Amino acid sequence: MGKLGEAGLAATAGPARTLGMEGECRASQARSWGLPAGGAGGDSPGGDAPLPGSISSSSLLQAEVLDLDEDEDDLEVFSKDASLMDMNSFSPLMPTSPLSMINQVKFEDEPDLKDLFITVDEPESHVTTIETFITYRIITKTSRGEFDSSEFEVRRRYQDFLWLKEKLEEAHPTLIIPPLPEKFIVKGMVERFNDDFIETRRKALHKFLNRIADHPTLTFNEDFKIFLTAQASEFSSHKKQGPGLLSRMGQSVRAVALSMRGVKSRPEEFMEMNNFIEIFSQKINLIDKISQRIYKEEREYLDEMKEYGPIHILWSASEEDLADTLKSVASCIDKCCKATEKRMSGFSEALLPVVHEYALYSEMLMAVMKRRDQIQAELDSKVEALTSKKADTDLLTEEIGKLEDKVECANNALKADWERWKQNMQNDIKSAFTNMAEENILYYEQVTLFECSISDMMKTMKNSI
Amino acid sequence: MEQAAPDPERLWQPAPLEPLSHPDAGLESMVGEETKGARDEGPGDGTMTENNFSLKKIEISVSEAEKRTGRNAMNMQETYTAYLIETRSVEHNDGQSVLTDSLWRRYSEFELLRNYLLVYYPHIVVPPLPEKRAEFVWHKLSADNMDPDFVERRRIGLENFLLRVASHPILCRDKIFYLFLTQEGNWKETVNETGFQLKADSRLKALNATFRVKNPDKRFIELKHYSDELQSVISHLLRVRARVADRLYGVYKVHGNYGRVFSEWSAIEKEMGDGLQSAGHHMDVYASSIDDILEDEEHYADQLKEYLFYAEALRAVCRKHELMQYDLEMAAQDLASKKQQCEELATGTVRTFSLKGMTTKLFGQETPEQREARIKMLEEQIKEGEQQLKSKNLEGREFVRNAWADIERFKEQKNHDLKEALISYAVMQISMCKKGIQVWTNAKECFSKM
Repeated sequence: MGKLGEAGLAATAGPARTLGMEGECRASQARSWGLPAGGAGGDSPGGDAPLPGSISSSSLLQAEVLDLDEDEDDLEVFSKDASLMDMNSFSPLMPTSPLSMINQVKFEDEPDLKDLFITVDEPESHVTTIETFITYRIITKTSRGEFDSSEFEVRRRYQDFLWLKEKLEEAHPTLIIPPLPEKFIVKGMVERFNDDFIETRRKALHKFLNRIADHPTLTFNEDFKIFLTAQASEFSSHKKQGPGLLSRMGQSVRAVALSMRGVKSRPEEFMEMNNFIEIFSQKINLIDKISQRIYKEEREYLDEMKEYGPIHILWSASEEDLADTLKSVASCIDKCCKATEKRMSGFSEALLPVVHEYALYSEMLMAVMKRRDQIQAELDSKVEALTSKKADTDLLTEEIGKLEDKVECANNALKADWERWKQNMQNDIKSAFTNMAEENILYYEQVTLFECSISDMMKTMKNSI
Repeated sequence: MEQAAPDPERLWQPAPLEPLSHPDAGLESMVGEETKGARDEGPGDGTMTENNFSLKKIEISVSEAEKRTGRNAMNMQETYTAYLIETRSVEHNDGQSVLTDSLWRRYSEFELLRNYLLVYYPHIVVPPLPEKRAEFVWHKLSADNMDPDFVERRRIGLENFLLRVASHPILCRDKIFYLFLTQEGNWKETVNETGFQLKADSRLKALNATFRVKNPDKRFIELKHYSDELQSVISHLLRVRARVADRLYGVYKVHGNYGRVFSEWSAIEKEMGDGLQSAGHHMDVYASSIDDILEDEEHYADQLKEYLFYAEALRAVCRKHELMQYDLEMAAQDLASKKQQCEELATGTVRTFSLKGMTTKLFGQETPEQREARIKMLEEQIKEGEQQLKSKNLEGREFVRNAWADIERFKEQKNHDLKEALISYAVMQISMCKKGIQVWTNAKECFSKM
């Protein structure tokens, strides 16, 4: 279960980048594991961002090539303008200082204080005249007052998860939103309905929701609550709300214009952060690739070993004195195969998903940096306008005031979330690799036992002749 | 030390009740001298007879290999490897050994020796040489004959061959073998002078006999089947083993990449840095440990290969039996037909077709004198034929008896050696696991400190 063995090169499809860039980014191609120039955001100057006019044609072309399973959400109309908010208005706690957020982090992450339990299971295939897709059952158990009941069961498809992620990014542009599993894997043909692929995706989706539930701020997001609780019709009508295509496209034009100016002066700590993110992203992607490769090599080793044992049995058929010895060698090899299988399964349960999630996280981190930079760029451009006295100074000053608050909030949110993320990353990586080492030790200990018993047996047989 | 060469001619004449080995040595005393198996670490022991047939213990080793250039038969320059063979005699009392002979031989000379032994000892399962070209390679090993690892393994294989011959009760007494160890120059000429190449049975003849023989000894038929099966199963085993080795190599080596990346990553980490760095080092150790492990496994593969090639030697003995048996059957058939002819001529009845009879019918009867002459000739031929048949029969039975004795000896050797090989394989695996446990325990400690 959950074997990633055949996944090969995992694609890192770009996540929803900034507000309103969804249409184009949905069709962005899965890249190789390496860090592409311009980062995952893709809207750096001269980078991957095509001009708005070319969005629809390129996305259509890529839709055919990549066999999308999502509707064209760009056609839906959203009424919410989230451009000036960075906190969800329904959030009961609105920490404004990094210190209070850190306290919150420690408080919220205590396992016994967890009051929201989510599971994702039971993938089911749905066939309609237009398309075929998979839904997953999501069960939520909670003791929170703001939930109408203590237990909920809903069905969601991948596209719904994508919607949720985009909403969270809209509402909290400088918080580190957990990554979603990829849309599709580059290698292989009809991968979408392959059992391993579905199982891997299910586990990743489960992780995604639980990460949100464990996040001190995101866990109280209203869209998150609706995602977990709303039944089908209520949910689809809720999804239709929000800024429409035109307003989102307007925002994306502004964002492109801003990003083309470049970031004038990123504060020192964010320079450091950015540097870390760049290097981390490189390394974790490499580690992801290496881990996948190890799994593949082990799988092939196992296949050969499975052929190796039976040859000894075959041989024993034409021997008299040697027959018993050969048969016991064969059974030993067989046991080694089983130990190898166990090691592989441990590897694919513990290490591979963690490393892969953090590889995807690195893309999210780059996107968060971009969004933070954009918010600052907005302020910077207004300040520049003020100094060149191009427009109404009073209005500008007021806007600048608001933007300065916005920038400070954004920076603080990111700083706090960054610390929390780093701590989690350290723990997760440490336990994943420690687990891998343990699996290996166990494997070698087992094989030693088998081989020892064989060699003892053979020695006594030899002596008795 | 001059010794009369064992007269090869004697082996081919009908010899009543004489074993095919050296006429003066009883088989028993040779068996008694049998020394330990050929898989010793150091030089092995063998026994040799000298002109006085006093038995002396000697040690043989192929101690060095050297690249040489020279000119071959077509006067073209070639590169080849020469091997140094050292022979030491061991004093009975204090066990000290003295170097008595040392000379250089190349692979083709070993081949010549073996071909000679095959011709003169067809009833013996002649030990095989190590492979001429590297087979069953996996990607790391090169198939190049000049590759140092290959040369090293071949050196060990050649030493093993000499030890096998030296510890064989019959082969060790052979003069040509003795000269191989002691007479550097002129040895090739000496071998060729025996004219053994002429005495070798043609492949075609052997093939023909295999097809047409009517009544071979059942045990040889079984043995042939066994050797076919042995060859097929061992080559299959070796092929898969090579693939397993290849994959295992891949698993270990990819872990080495962790080392590099962990080290680079540790540069940006404050708390995790040290743990990552040192864990990375252990990953490097893990990745490089596979080289020694797989080299040890190559020795195991070589042990199996020897028996793979032994299968061919077994088949050679079977072929010889079939040839002799066929020869015997043909001689018997020929004799029977001559007797028949004689009888017909004598009684005047023609039961069988004969060309003479036919032409007689067509061109007229022959004279009584002519008939008498023919009968006389046939009677002589029949007498000769009967004698020949008797000796062929004897030879055949002798061959079967001696061959089977050697085959029994071979079976015991094979069972012993293969069991040892399988045990050593298990021991190798255990050692590999122990290394693995150590490395991963160290790595785990580093990870837990991150």
